[in-house]
Amino acid sequence: MKKIIVVGNGMVGYKFCEKFVAQAESKNFKLTVFGEEPRPAYDRVHLSEYFGNQDAKALEMAPREWYENHNIELITNERITAIHRSSKKVSTIKDEHYKYDYLLLATGSAPFVPNITGVEKKGIFVYRTIEDLEAMLEYADKLKTTNSDKVRAAVLGGGLLGLEAAKAVMDMGFEPHVVEFAPKLMPRQLDTRASKVLQEKIESLGINVHLSKATNKILGDETITGMEFGEYDKIDVEMLVISAGIRPRDELAKTCHLEMGTRGGIVVNDRMQTSDPEIYAIGEVVLYNQMIYGLVAPGYDMAHVAVNQIIGNSDVLMQRDIDMSTKLKLIGVDVASYGEPFMPVEKGYSIIYENKTKNLYKRINVSHDGKSLLGGILVGDASEYNMFHQIYLNGLPIPEDAEELILGSRGEGGSSFGSVMDIPDVAQVCSCESVTKGDICCSITEGDCQNLGDVISKTKATTGCGGCKPMVVDLVNETLKSLGKEVKETLCEHFSFNRQELYDLVKINKVSDYEEALNLFGEGHGCEICKPALASIFATITMETPNRQVAIQDTNDKFLANIQRNGTYSVVPRVAGGEITPDQLITIGAVAKKYDLYTKITGGQRIDLFGAQIHELPLIWKELIDAGFESGHAYGKSLRTVKSCVGSTWCRYGMHESVTFAIEIENRYKGLRSPHKLKGGVSGCIRECAEARGKDFGLIAVEGGWNLYVCGNGGATPKHAILFAEQLDDKTAIKYLDRFLMYYIRTAGPLVRTAPWLDKLEGGIEYLKQVIIEDSLGIADELEIEMQGLVNKYECEWKQAIENPEMMKRFKHFVNSDDTDDNLVFVPMREQKMPKAWT
Amino acid sequence: MQDILKQYETVTQADVKEWFFVGNVSDFPENSGACIKYKTKQIAVYNFTRTSQWYACQNLCPHKMEMVLSLGMIGDKDGIPKVACPMHKKNFSLKDGSNLGGEDLKIATYPVKIENGNVYIGFSD
Ligand code: SRM
Ligand SMILES: Cc1cc2nc3c(=O)[nH]c(=O)nc-3n(C[C@H](O)[C@H](O)[C@H](O)COP(=O)(O)OP(=O)(O)OC[C@H]3O[C@@H](n4cnc5c(N)ncnc54)[C@H](O)[C@@H]3O)c2cc1C
Ligand code: SF4
Ligand code: FES
Repeated sequence: MKKIIVVGNGMVGYKFCEKFVAQAESKNFKLTVFGEEPRPAYDRVHLSEYFGNQDAKALEMAPREWYENHNIELITNERITAIHRSSKKVSTIKDEHYKYDYLLLATGSAPFVPNITGVEKKGIFVYRTIEDLEAMLEYADKLKTTNSDKVRAAVLGGGLLGLEAAKAVMDMGFEPHVVEFAPKLMPRQLDTRASKVLQEKIESLGINVHLSKATNKILGDETITGMEFGEYDKIDVEMLVISAGIRPRDELAKTCHLEMGTRGGIVVNDRMQTSDPEIYAIGEVVLYNQMIYGLVAPGYDMAHVAVNQIIGNSDVLMQRDIDMSTKLKLIGVDVASYGEPFMPVEKGYSIIYENKTKNLYKRINVSHDGKSLLGGILVGDASEYNMFHQIYLNGLPIPEDAEELILGSRGEGGSSFGSVMDIPDVAQVCSCESVTKGDICCSITEGDCQNLGDVISKTKATTGCGGCKPMVVDLVNETLKSLGKEVKETLCEHFSFNRQELYDLVKINKVSDYEEALNLFGEGHGCEICKPALASIFATITMETPNRQVAIQDTNDKFLANIQRNGTYSVVPRVAGGEITPDQLITIGAVAKKYDLYTKITGGQRIDLFGAQIHELPLIWKELIDAGFESGHAYGKSLRTVKSCVGSTWCRYGMHESVTFAIEIENRYKGLRSPHKLKGGVSGCIRECAEARGKDFGLIAVEGGWNLYVCGNGGATPKHAILFAEQLDDKTAIKYLDRFLMYYIRTAGPLVRTAPWLDKLEGGIEYLKQVIIEDSLGIADELEIEMQGLVNKYECEWKQAIENPEMMKRFKHFVNSDDTDDNLVFVPMREQKMPKAWT
Repeated sequence: MQDILKQYETVTQADVKEWFFVGNVSDFPENSGACIKYKTKQIAVYNFTRTSQWYACQNLCPHKMEMVLSLGMIGDKDGIPKVACPMHKKNFSLKDGSNLGGEDLKIATYPVKIENGNVYIGFSD
């Protein structure tokens, strides 16, 4: 039995083991793996995720058991210190000696740390191992506790990795600064204009960029306080992450005089053999074709070659030119470069599209004969990356007029290349796991894969860098379609329809309640997804309130109040347009006082009373309603608020009465249920104090009327509403709003707000304009009539509830006792109270 | 706080010592839940009218120790009767109290008996 010793248990070293044990011949070998790091190999590519979950296990390529089960001897925490070629032995740091027949070096690389004076100071880190990140986190906590104001952290190096590190420190709550020696970001992948676009986008994310800066000194006594570039040119930073490139870890090769590159790296041939034929080397430590490859995919190919060479398939060789296409992940900016990003004139010509206002840059490099795509760059939107990459890799035909690739063919917009199914079966879709289109499709057509999940677990596609996910998804869907298997978004396991289909079914068949719908179109007994979804559909067809079908309402709608941390509820009366009289304020104050409720002005220009117990809700609302208040539907997926600014009524800049109009609109749509919550705003002039453009619909007063904006929101992914129509009079504005809202309510998926809904809407804003303004579908009248019908049917659901003893039954904590929940504990907070935290 | 959780332990038909009367069928809303009190315990009772089944479990959600499970929406996952906590929508099987998302959260369940229109919950203490 022959002995193989693998030095280095990183991504590529692991991949070697995985590919090796998959071979029948592996039985004739004994594999021993040495890893210097304390844990088994983990996914370095997704290292940054560790900041999020700090779950090292989740990153593991495979658990220790895996090595045992495949009788691989894994020895971690032990560095190999020397190779003795004559005796074919390696010795470890503990001075133990192991014999080998074949030796595989997969020692990877180490971050390059330039020798700047002061670089040894505290607060300076590299970004390669889990230990590096742990050290950063620990230091970060210290900084946060000692510094009151925002801490500044710099990243040295504006390359792929540097930008990733910058995002990481930003997420740690620091003010990020990227310091790059070159005059542009990602100098190796991007041309100057692309870098500029990227830079603007990145700066808009709050990352500061310093270009053409050679750091000549790190300031501070023991710990870093700043960086000095020139005499008068310095920045203050409390922390520094160095990401200035990598250096192969070839120290072992030195100990035994293997051939090395002048600037490092162990030289290998296309069999992955070093100058000693019994010693192989793969991964980032390797110099192949005078190049070091700092990406996993080439390393995995090398592993594949080494495995085959060792078991005797000597005809499996490393390909000559290696694909270095890359896509920047997780920084929130799409950046991709593939093939030949820069174009030497002798090879071909380039077509460049740039749109500064949208931070978009697209470049394609085409052969002189215009027949093949040689490479390119995408910044701002890399959705076409996978397709372009495939076209480039497989030399697929491109349109006569190559510019159509990025500009879309004239007339009907959109890019003009065929579907994913056009690419050849041999095309490698997932380069990390080298999975071809054929592998993916066959796993369904011939194999027993039924869906994306099956395909992924079968082929491993997308499990590497994940960049190929979109294309794999398309391939799976297309293949399923081709087999007549329908792929459609369905609501949940109980209804195989989407919301729009259910909306139509319920309407056309005049379905009266959830149970009937479930019996007619569904199966099983429902769940927390389809019940509220149908509740919303019924409400938007008949304007029924949550009081009718209580059982299918989300808990908030069930009790007409928002449930809070400790199971108490909040009370939000409607304050249309944010306009409130002193007397109304006094009433709210009095009620809050009487029931001892925590009181706060909300972000929606009204008042929220927190901490009411379930049995108190009706009492509280009785008093509010007697004083003329109505439900504010803060709990519903329904119209929340229409914010206003004071407008021409008082403001010296106001152009129209924004308050008056806001009140009219809020009262028109109050109680309207919708796929997700709806918010509006009306500003009296372009200064926009009402933040109308941060809302699902917004109106801004201009000379000669209102400008209408639609499909914006704040929250998780803020989007500015888009200009929809200009200089409208009140009547037209309302008309368009009726149509727009009704169309959204009819067609959007559950819990999809207007902005993401528009993103998905084919044809986008232009199509929406045609439907709403030009009535291209001929449904405008219908939409208006429906909306008017709903508006007419409005009634305050709280009034309805407190006047009906049957409905009141549910506002009680216990069925079998009048006691209240004795687990509630409140603690004082400033002048008010708050719930005591359980945990 | 932990002892609030401790007092809830699954009771099976076999180890019922007392069938405790909690009200008439009509006191419990159809196809949803309600909360009852037994000594210091809060128990959620679910009336699956569709399948004419009844289930009971602790009202305390083990996730954030909130007394809320009776307010959750009920239904089924692959045929298993379940409740979704109103707070963070964690799903629990009402058959064995296990967390259907595979997390190691568990809730205690209790047997329910319906006798001529009356609802009883089985306790062992
Ligand atoms: C009370 C309030 C915070 C405050 O004290 O100001 C609030 C509180 C809640 N917000 Fe909000 N939001 C409040 C204004 C806002 C605003 C500001 C605004 O409306 O101008 C926003 C950003 C604008 C927007 O929505 O686009 C906002 C964006 C969100 C989001 C993110 C929505 C999104 O599309 O990303 C959520 C989560 C969700 O709805 O899925 C949310 C969810 C919630 C929930 C319902 C979370 C929950 O389920 O418990 C909170 C409970 C409300 C309650 O118990 O009464 N809240 N929330 C504000 C009530 C406004 C009102 O009077 O009705
Ligand atoms: C934050 C980050 C993000 C990245 N993102 C991407 C990306 O998006 N796409 C991409 O393609 N690549 C990415 N990379 C690069 C990718 O991680 C590397 O190409 C890959 O890890 C190389 O694998 P390797 O096994 O050659 O080296 P490594 O993964 O570094 O493994 C080498 C291992 O050998 C050990 N070792 C070294 N010397 C010895 C010795 N003498 N004895 C014992 N053990 C030893 C080391 O401790 C290490 O564990 C990223 C890297 C980082 C750090
Ligand atoms: S939006 Fe314009 S008019 Fe309205 S308050 Fe602000 S500045 Fe005044
Ligand atoms: S408290 Fe029940 S899911 Fe979080």
